[in-house]
Parts: sequence; C-alpha cells; structure tokens
Amino acid sequence: MSVRVLLPRLLSECTGGRTTMDVDLAAPGTVRALLDALAAEHPVFDRRVRDETGELRRHVNVYVDGEEVRRLDGLATPVPPGAEVMVMQSVAGG
Amino acid sequence: MDTTLLAIGTRKGLWLATSEDRQTWSLSQPHFLMTEVAGIGIDTRGGRARLLVGVRSEHFGPTVVHSDDLGATWTEPEAGAIRFPADTGAAVERIWQLRPDSADRPSVVWAGCEPISVWRSEDGGEHFELCRGLWDHPHRSEWGAGYGGAAAHSVVPGPGDTVHVAMSTGGVYRTRDGGASWEPRNSGISAYFLPGPAPEFGQCVHKIARDAVVPTRLYAQNHHGVYRSDDDGDTWTSIADGLPSDFGFVMLAHPSRAGTIWVVPLVADGERVPPDGQLAVHRSDDAGETWQRLDRGLPDHEYNAVLRDAAAVDTADPVGVYLGTRGGEVYASADEGRTFSTVASHLPDVLCVRAAVLP
Repeated sequence: MSVRVLLPRLLSECTGGRTTMDVDLAAPGTVRALLDALAAEHPVFDRRVRDETGELRRHVNVYVDGEEVRRLDGLATPVPPGAEVMVMQSVAGG
Repeated sequence: MDTTLLAIGTRKGLWLATSEDRQTWSLSQPHFLMTEVAGIGIDTRGGRARLLVGVRSEHFGPTVVHSDDLGATWTEPEAGAIRFPADTGAAVERIWQLRPDSADRPSVVWAGCEPISVWRSEDGGEHFELCRGLWDHPHRSEWGAGYGGAAAHSVVPGPGDTVHVAMSTGGVYRTRDGGASWEPRNSGISAYFLPGPAPEFGQCVHKIARDAVVPTRLYAQNHHGVYRSDDDGDTWTSIADGLPSDFGFVMLAHPSRAGTIWVVPLVADGERVPPDGQLAVHRSDDAGETWQRLDRGLPDHEYNAVLRDAAAVDTADPVGVYLGTRGGEVYASADEGRTFSTVASHLPDVLCVRAAVLP
C-alpha cells in the first residue's frame, strides 16, 4: 500500500530536499513500520525524529490523517492505505 | 603571523571568529542557527584543524558534526557519532564536552554527555564508544542532576591510561585503565548541600583542569570551593583564600606553564553574578597560593555569569584567554588575562568557547 508522508522544511535537509514522499508500506502498517521504512533510506531523518530508544522525540509530533498519534496508540497507531502522515515539530523553544 | 580561531557556541548557534593578532577579530555568520551548541573541540593534532561540534535542536535532538575546512562544510556521520547502545535504554540529551586527547594518541577524542556518560572515539570524533565502566558504575543510581542537567561535563585525559572526569552531581572520578574502571576522587571537596560529613562522592564539582607540567596536579572549581590536588586527585586542599568568592564555574589551566590557572568568581550559589556586578578574571601563578584580579578591558557593569565551558585558553605564547557571558558578550585577552578586548557582542547566551592557533 502507499502512504503519503509530509515533512516540515526543516527536516527536508535529511531527505534530499523532499517535503512530500510517497512510501510503499506492507499492510497492515503502523507508524513505527513507516518510520522504519523511512529510516532505511534516510537514517539522519530517523535520528531527528526518534531517539536511540526508538521513541518519538518529545517535541516531534506525528499525525495520521489529522490525528496526533500520542492520543491514539503511539508508534503502534495503524496507518491505513492511502493515509496522509504528517511529521511536525511542536511549539517549543525560546 | 599565526591565525587564531575562536569558536563560540551559544544557545542559538555557533559563531567562528578568526584573528591574526588576537586584538581584532573577524566574526562569521551563524552556523546551525537556532540550535544549541554546548560542546566544541578544536583538534589541531597532525597538522590539520578539525572542528568538532555538539549541536542540539530542541525538536530534533543532539548530534555531533565535524568540519575539516574551518566551517565551510560540515559532516554528520549518518549513523550518528554518539548513540547509546540499545541495551542501555538511554538516549543522549546533550553533548557537553568534546576533548581531543594528547598528541601521543592522535585519533583519540573523548566526549562527556548528558545523561552522565563518557565516550571515547578512536577515529578523530566520527564515532564514539560508550565507556561501560562508568555507565555501569554502582554509584550511578546515586548521582544527581545539577541545574543544567546530569552530565559528565569535564573529561581530562592524562598520561598513560589515566583520565579524570567530573560530573554534576557526583564529583570527580578517575580511571587508570583507559576507562574500564572508575573510582571516586573527592576527598577534601565540600558538599555543603548534603547533611553530615562530605561523602565519598556526590559533590557538585563544576569544572576540573590538569596542570600541563605536573600531570598529577589538578585544579577544581566546586559548587562553593576552589581546590588543588597534588596527588592525582586522591586528596584536595582549598586554594580559595585570596578570591572574592569560592563560587563559580570556570577553571582554566595554562597549557604549558606550571601553576598558572584562571577562575571567574561569582558571588554565591544564591547570587550567581560577578561580585559587585563587575566581571573579573582571577589568575594565580603559584597553583592557587595567591591570586591576582584582572579586569582591564572588561565592562564596568556585568550581571551575567560565565558558564563552565564558556572560557578557554589557546596555546600561543603568551597564552590567550577567552570568556563568553550569558549576555552574549565575548572577550579575548592576548596577554594571559592582563587586558581584554571585545570579540563579539549581543550574541545569544554563550555556552562554550574554544580557541586554537591554526596549524
């Protein structure tokens, strides 16, 4: 199945300049599986989004079809076919 | 004329300044704007200058980058230079220290990080291995976090396989086997914030430095207390007499002359500003027996502190001394602290400065 991933401009330096990517993912997919698939091709992107423990960084938010995954099932949140997954930095910093 | 490089790490980016005379400086545009730069190493061993920088984004985490062309280009290892092994269940929060080892070990670089951990690289800082002996230390559960975070903030390699580390809070630890095993070395260092007699460990040592000529002599700026050890850290004695305060964060040692050190006193734990609002460096040329106050060229009024790594020396003769404040002012002295001039003003809070004469 294909999933569309939207990234902030700040992270595009880790993805060859792309802020939109269509990713092939085995069904049924999860956010973790999607990030694993992206990590294989873009390891620096993965380190920006997840720490060594595999968890999302505290100030990185991921939305599946508009729903923030921390309010769902975290990285185990299902990603349905055709989903739009948005990775965003949260409002933080000074 | 030699060129001196001054790297200035701030809460919102890195600036590079260069000078031919250490009086007038050319300041770069910011590198890594909007990321914190708390750890810098300038490695001039082997006839080339490598800049190692620990950068940390509030959103996207910490990483180590390096440049072999004075910041024209930067390289970040794809897999990350410092990554906790999976079995630790830990993640790097901040890189506090990037310290090239001696010329005898030209590829070895040490790192100190938050959470409290020490790392060793054998490829010039591109990949680091966790020192398991310190990570698995039985004292770990009792180490605490200073206000800035729980970090190994001082890594001071010595002769042979000796390395001293200081952490807040935990104090000084020493290895004599290259990092495999570590022992606390805090005898004589105060921990006034803990009840009872000073413990074996748990002190809040702010910075340590090693004497360049007498390697078994070390100096420490403590969370109240300034100390010297003449026995490789086994015991410490106060050298605070003659200073306006025994509180501060900085401890610098001369890179080639015995007994010369610099501190930057602040009033107290509860009043972290320069005494009387006047920034001054205090230098000793006799290993802390006597002190000289030096403030020529520093501002009349300064209520910002100088953080532990926001001070450095170079290796020129006479030695250059560099300071950066939390108010974003950066000062340089080309005469070992007697007179200062301003390198940069109105930068973000200065977290780290490092200087080197370029090869």
